[in-house]
Amino acid sequence: MDVFLQQLINGLTLGSIYGLIAIGYTMVFGIIGMVNFAHGDVFMVSAFIALICVLVLTTLVGLSSIFVILAITLVVAMLFTGLVSWTIERVAYRPLRGSFRLAPMISAIGMSILLSNFVQVAQGPRNKPLPPMVTDVIVVMENDGYQVTLAYKQIIIMVVTAVLLAGFWYLVQKTSLGRAQRACEQDRKMAALLGVNVDQTIALTFVIGAALAAVAGVMYLMYYGVVNFADGFVPGVKAFTAAVLGGIGSLPGAVLGGILIGLIETFWSAYFSIEYKDVAAFSILVVTLIFLPQGLLGRPEVEKV
Amino acid sequence: MSAQTATETAAAPAPAARKAPLLSVSGVTAYYGNIIALKGVDIEVNEGEIVTLIGANGAGKSTLMMTICGSPRARDGRIVYAGREITSLPTHEIMRLKIAQSPEGRRIFPRMTVYENLQMGAAIDGNAHFAEDLERMFTLFPRLKERIEQRGGTLSGGEQQMLAIARALMSRPRLLLLDEPSLGLAPLVVRQIFDAIRMLNRTEGLTVFLVEQNAFHALKLAHRGYVMVNGLVTMSGTGAELLARPEVRAAYLEGGR
Repeated sequence: MDVFLQQLINGLTLGSIYGLIAIGYTMVFGIIGMVNFAHGDVFMVSAFIALICVLVLTTLVGLSSIFVILAITLVVAMLFTGLVSWTIERVAYRPLRGSFRLAPMISAIGMSILLSNFVQVAQGPRNKPLPPMVTDVIVVMENDGYQVTLAYKQIIIMVVTAVLLAGFWYLVQKTSLGRAQRACEQDRKMAALLGVNVDQTIALTFVIGAALAAVAGVMYLMYYGVVNFADGFVPGVKAFTAAVLGGIGSLPGAVLGGILIGLIETFWSAYFSIEYKDVAAFSILVVTLIFLPQGLLGRPEVEKV
Repeated sequence: MSAQTATETAAAPAPAARKAPLLSVSGVTAYYGNIIALKGVDIEVNEGEIVTLIGANGAGKSTLMMTICGSPRARDGRIVYAGREITSLPTHEIMRLKIAQSPEGRRIFPRMTVYENLQMGAAIDGNAHFAEDLERMFTLFPRLKERIEQRGGTLSGGEQQMLAIARALMSRPRLLLLDEPSLGLAPLVVRQIFDAIRMLNRTEGLTVFLVEQNAFHALKLAHRGYVMVNGLVTMSGTGAELLARPEVRAAYLEGGR
């Protein structure tokens, strides 16, 4: 019971991070039918932006309040990562729209390699550590000396994720911007016929996806306290798995898939073997694709169009 | 309106050319890949008119409709709307000039509610007259009010058609492009829709360009009509004139009514 509870807490934390990244995959797939393979690396870049921002704020500016630092870092990381993603879309994907279907995906793989290599050269190949920012924990229960703890940073991750998802949900469902985004997703040509600037809406989708990935990047950095140029790949593929599991194109599906992947990974590590946790997570991708290709919340195509 | 005097002297014989047409398509060609779909089309629509374009399947009627909206783009020729050349404007900018289209196949957003579909129609205005226009649409198509929270994809064909027209009207267009509003609908619904178009034209002076296969109804409704065959306009005249032409009767009316 105590181990279970602890793993549940850890799994939800990790799942929040995957869910945030997964939204970027699912939104881009929804609107242009493309798997943005560079998205994981955009996430990694955001963690580096956060790292630099935190270091600047603590050493050069001399801020000491964790919450102020975190808030500023979040905003800075979201803005810069959004800009990076906007640029990638502009130079690597938009010119290929209308080309054959595989072209932008190949371009995305190229961008993925470019980003990780650029960071490797610019920041060095080693792990970049950050001194722990939030170390306090709450002991939830104690049993025979085994403490189930809920770290403050885990609370921060879950709360920030929940708040941002709520805001994001509102944006997509209730604002004219979100409506235009959904319209482009359902019928780009018709959206244009109603005066929607489709290119701009697609660019915006990339920016929003990247901003959410940036939140995940900041959280990841805060949680693990270390980041390295190759860190985009595995979380990226796991978030992609989450998007597929939840039903690619479905926003609630991405969050649900993220949380499930997070839980599966942590429970597997706790009860079976930690070495094979990635195998467990990726097996889910294969099993989903074989037995449930539309995913958990993927839309069944029953509507008349 | 601005070019009033110029056209009066230039195009004196045509009675409808009192002022510059709201929409003028001249010598327009369009292609899908290498396949030519429009081979140099000339059409004019004056302010306050209902003009119809009839023709068989694959004649290029819908292509012309989409070419006016910039997708596919006209390869040659000029499209002038309200005194402004729009031939090479991007689609969304053309539509922001208060042209609205209810396109072929209706293209309702299937996973949006009826309400959201109508909101999309009003997006150009920034939803400024939304509540008022929504009431107008409910008067015009009471069925939409009953379906307001339903997803577009779950509507029947007739309801989708009403929604497509209502959505186009939500932007308060100056020019309404209607592509086959009667397609696949029961005669009673067709009549409802045509009545609505006539009423909007009479009471609000809405200019309508209507593409139809249902030549009889369309020609009765329209002030003027054009006949399109294989990407070319082959005949034009008032609705009554075209209805009386034996070629039109033979090709589009007899047996097809």
